[in-house]
Amino acid sequence: MRAFISFIAGGLFGLGLLISGMTDTTKVQGWLDIFGAWDPTLAFVMGGAILPMALAWLFTKGRKPVLAASFPTPPKPEIGRKLVIGSTMFGMGWGLSGLCPGPAVASLSFGGAGGLIFMAAMLVGMVLAPPIRRRLDQPTAAVYG
Amino acid sequence: MPMDWILGLFGGLLIGTAAALYLLVSGRILGASGIIGGLVDGSAKHEWAERGALLAGLFAVPAIAAFAVGGSETHVTENWAVLIAAGLLVGIGTRLANGCTSGHGVCGISRLSLRGIVATVFYIAAGGLTVVLFKHVWGII
Repeated sequence: MRAFISFIAGGLFGLGLLISGMTDTTKVQGWLDIFGAWDPTLAFVMGGAILPMALAWLFTKGRKPVLAASFPTPPKPEIGRKLVIGSTMFGMGWGLSGLCPGPAVASLSFGGAGGLIFMAAMLVGMVLAPPIRRRLDQPTAAVYG
Repeated sequence: MPMDWILGLFGGLLIGTAAALYLLVSGRILGASGIIGGLVDGSAKHEWAERGALLAGLFAVPAIAAFAVGGSETHVTENWAVLIAAGLLVGIGTRLANGCTSGHGVCGISRLSLRGIVATVFYIAAGGLTVVLFKHVWGII
């Protein structure tokens, strides 16, 4: 049952990415290109996605998920190096290609060789990440010393 | 253009509904990088069926929908060096930050998570600067 819900959620997610145009890298890069022909579509997508999700978070208060023991607890409000360095690296890759993980999977069937190469490199990056994460967890002196 | 915005809003509502369904029923965050990353680095082995099913839906439904309307275009660059660099940056970056556009952006901002907001500010700023430099200054993309 949980796997079935996952499939439905993944399918809706993918359909939303396709309909909204977020599998088209020119629309994503158009949003990031403030000095070019700026394309505001991504803001509408984000706004549209945040709305039902904000209602869902409000609904979680004092309740339990249908098929799980509890809702995810909020992460520690910690703004560390991993968050800042990681998000900056992600943004650079996102800007270069116009792809992020969700749309990369959603467009795999029609994204051609380019989509496959990006996906392969992204998976390699995800394998390389844990040792880098451990290094960033160490005190600064250990990283540079 | 306004048609694009309406489709964007409608598609966004579908994305948010998917995330809400996954949260309210399965009690999980719909974050693409976390779901894929946990399978790739082995940290979520016990959840492979659930995560695999989500990725199968994420891949198959747009594949069928795009096929049904006669194909869809990603306009992704043919520059392999750029694609490899971008993929590595996205893979490493999202796993260090513990989230991407869906996890930090959609799921984080909607619960007013400080981490989600900070991450989103950094990846949009870095993405904007990257496009300006690589497109307008250096003409690479």
